[in-house]
Amino acid sequence: MDGIHDMGGMDGFGKVAPEPNEPPFHEPWEGRMLAMNRAVRGLGAWNIDVDRYGIESLPPRVYLTSSYYERWFLRTVRLLAERGLVGADEMEAGRALRPGKDMGRGAFAPADVERVMRRGSYGRPAQAPAQFKIGDRVRAKNIHPKSHTRLPRYVRGHVGVVERVQGCCVFPDAVVAGKGEDPQWLYTVRFDARELWGADADPTVKVSVEAFEPYLEHV
Amino acid sequence: MRALEKILVEKGYVETAALDRIIESYETKVGPHIGARVIAKAWSDPSFRRSLLEDATKAVSTLAEVGRVGEHLVAVENTPQLHNMVVCTLCSCYPWDVLGLPPVWYKSFAYRSRVVKEPRAVLADFGVVLPASTEIRVWDSTAETRFLVVPMRPAGTDGWNETKLASLVTRDCMIGTGLPKNPGEVA
Repeated sequence: MDGIHDMGGMDGFGKVAPEPNEPPFHEPWEGRMLAMNRAVRGLGAWNIDVDRYGIESLPPRVYLTSSYYERWFLRTVRLLAERGLVGADEMEAGRALRPGKDMGRGAFAPADVERVMRRGSYGRPAQAPAQFKIGDRVRAKNIHPKSHTRLPRYVRGHVGVVERVQGCCVFPDAVVAGKGEDPQWLYTVRFDARELWGADADPTVKVSVEAFEPYLEHV
Repeated sequence: MRALEKILVEKGYVETAALDRIIESYETKVGPHIGARVIAKAWSDPSFRRSLLEDATKAVSTLAEVGRVGEHLVAVENTPQLHNMVVCTLCSCYPWDVLGLPPVWYKSFAYRSRVVKEPRAVLADFGVVLPASTEIRVWDSTAETRFLVVPMRPAGTDGWNETKLASLVTRDCMIGTGLPKNPGEVA
């Protein structure tokens, strides 16, 4: 979706403000929120792509005025409700009103933590040969899907060069659309800044995105 | 927030002790010290550096003190001609298995919006000025590929062991918004 989350190239957000000696969490609730999200995902309630789409689907005004972990809270509550895991009435009441849904593996326990502390595995066997090879000139398609996509707006319609072939991976667009993993070839595609931002752009800058094959076309 | 945790526990979805353990891991175990060990090793051991640039997931997993990392980890090397920077414009993707949780600035709208368009101005926000001729390469983490910047080894560190070298490696220099510390700062 052409959402507020797709921020590459927008102006007006001001300077970047690094914080010296930043702690992992600024408030204890931020850690609780992160842990709850990891745990619920660890139950198999949904995957990382659905998680991301949950944030992207927040109304732009809410997205912009909430902190990072506030967005996580809003997203998690919404996904829990959508999947019938925690009712809105229970959030209202502040306590469980019904027993939990059977997720097939019992409560998320300390023994499960190590599993979710590893980044997931997204490589999959290829369904077809790769359409592009290193050095190919490709155009990022001018597409505007209403659902989840990982092709940022700022590269759409622009021509770049395939720099790396990253193997075949779970296709987020398909997962969120409920069409399964539908693995697709993934490429690092490099763009010249002048191609993206016009003739006045810094000629020493190049930007790459990780682009799934359905996002690309031959030039 | 507290209500949500209470409900998840009451409904039998999660155990409080498991949440505690996740938080403890992020606060005490996972962090940029892991990446710093990787970089120090790459600076000291040419064959490890080659393996790291070829397949970072595999190379990092051979380090006993680091252990297994996620798939699709890619190490990108800075040179006098090229400076690498990493971003996720769409959310906050970050190589947290080697760097810990991302800092607030990495997740900020300012960084995500600007670094793909005016990386030199963003570097200036960090007090970093590069020669005008240096090529800047920004890697937008739009899939599950995760990038680790290998900064240049500072001059004046001949004969330093890996532990001492690691003390020069900051989190920001592994994202590309900083440079390693000067040897004089840690000597």
